[in-house]
Amino acid sequence: MKLITHNMLTSNIIKGVTKGYPLGIIPRKVEVKDVDYNPEFLARMIPNMDWSAVCKAAKDVGHDEGLPKEIAPNFTENDEFLKAAHHVLLEIDVVEGDLVCPETGRKFPVSNGVPNMLLKEEEA
Amino acid sequence: MASGRPEKQAPPEIFYNEDEARKYTSNSRMIEVQSQLSERAIELLTLPEDTPSFILDVGCGSGLSGECLTDQGHYWIGIDISPHMLGVAQERDVEGDLIQGDMGDGMPFRPGTFDGVISISALQWLCNADKTYHHPPRRLYKFFSTLYACMKRGARAVFQLYPENSSQLELITQQSMKAGFTGGLVVDYPNSTKAKKMFLCLFAGGTTQALPKGLGTEGAIDMRKNEITYSDKRERIKNARGKSLKKSRDWILEKKERRRRQGKEVRPNTKYTGRKRKAVF
Repeated sequence: MKLITHNMLTSNIIKGVTKGYPLGIIPRKVEVKDVDYNPEFLARMIPNMDWSAVCKAAKDVGHDEGLPKEIAPNFTENDEFLKAAHHVLLEIDVVEGDLVCPETGRKFPVSNGVPNMLLKEEEA
Repeated sequence: MASGRPEKQAPPEIFYNEDEARKYTSNSRMIEVQSQLSERAIELLTLPEDTPSFILDVGCGSGLSGECLTDQGHYWIGIDISPHMLGVAQERDVEGDLIQGDMGDGMPFRPGTFDGVISISALQWLCNADKTYHHPPRRLYKFFSTLYACMKRGARAVFQLYPENSSQLELITQQSMKAGFTGGLVVDYPNSTKAKKMFLCLFAGGTTQALPKGLGTEGAIDMRKNEITYSDKRERIKNARGKSLKKSRDWILEKKERRRRQGKEVRPNTKYTGRKRKAVF
């Protein structure tokens, strides 16, 4: 699971959870992969991102060095910022670990890079 | 589908076991059909050209539809219930990120995330109650309402589906409209049993959009085509009597129309058609 996906995931499908965001990450195995850099896509996505959640997730997986704490004001032209965002959002892959709902503490296991968001009967 | 409808056999997480999932990498016909459906579904999404979009693939399975999205330069997240299908997708090294989840539990995403949603042959699975606590209309509603929330306003969702019968289709569309979607059904090649394909094309708010036309049809699909249209006026008695008075203008126009339908060369209708000549002529 890449951090861009993590930034979109919530646990608000659990009964009684209103926001369920951002999910905490307990990493057990994190890989870094090379992904093609696409500044156009990043510039389009960054306004939709919750940047504080990106920073928190990067800290959880231990890859927050050099990551700007705020979205740069002219990020579409700021290559340095886009490259840092590209690395954190698309190249870091959580392979094994847990996602934690901030409201209920329910853990969603991540195995082989796939988070398991299946709910139990009483949660649906 | 030689053995009938798969959703009648077992729940999706059990039906798509290792053997079934393997077919999606080895069976070239299955791959071809899936890719064709995906390409048509992506076409129906009408995404802005040359702009990479962020797409959700519901029931992504082995990621065949996702590969079509990658080919067109889009980024995607896939969600599926079958761990084996997701395993195959992982093996194929698809570009998109994968999530294991049940459509009927709802879509676990932040509001306003996706530029579009596609789903190939997945929606009909939701109409089954595979567990005692499953209630298909409720699960459909939960799916559609959470999906609506996680789409950008004005975004489209295209579902290719094989409805079992018209009441199943009605159940699906009813719940989607209840969740706030507009749009409707696009049928490709409606007059062919084999080539016929149904796409449920839904719009999440925004400005009103025209429903795309199905392939192999003339004009927009009208589901009421097979019904007799009701009119509160009685048919004009003139028409009811049959042919018009011989040698009258109406009679000539009718005759010309008839000959035209037979493919014969007929002079165009003008204001002179059926007029009497002057006596001096």
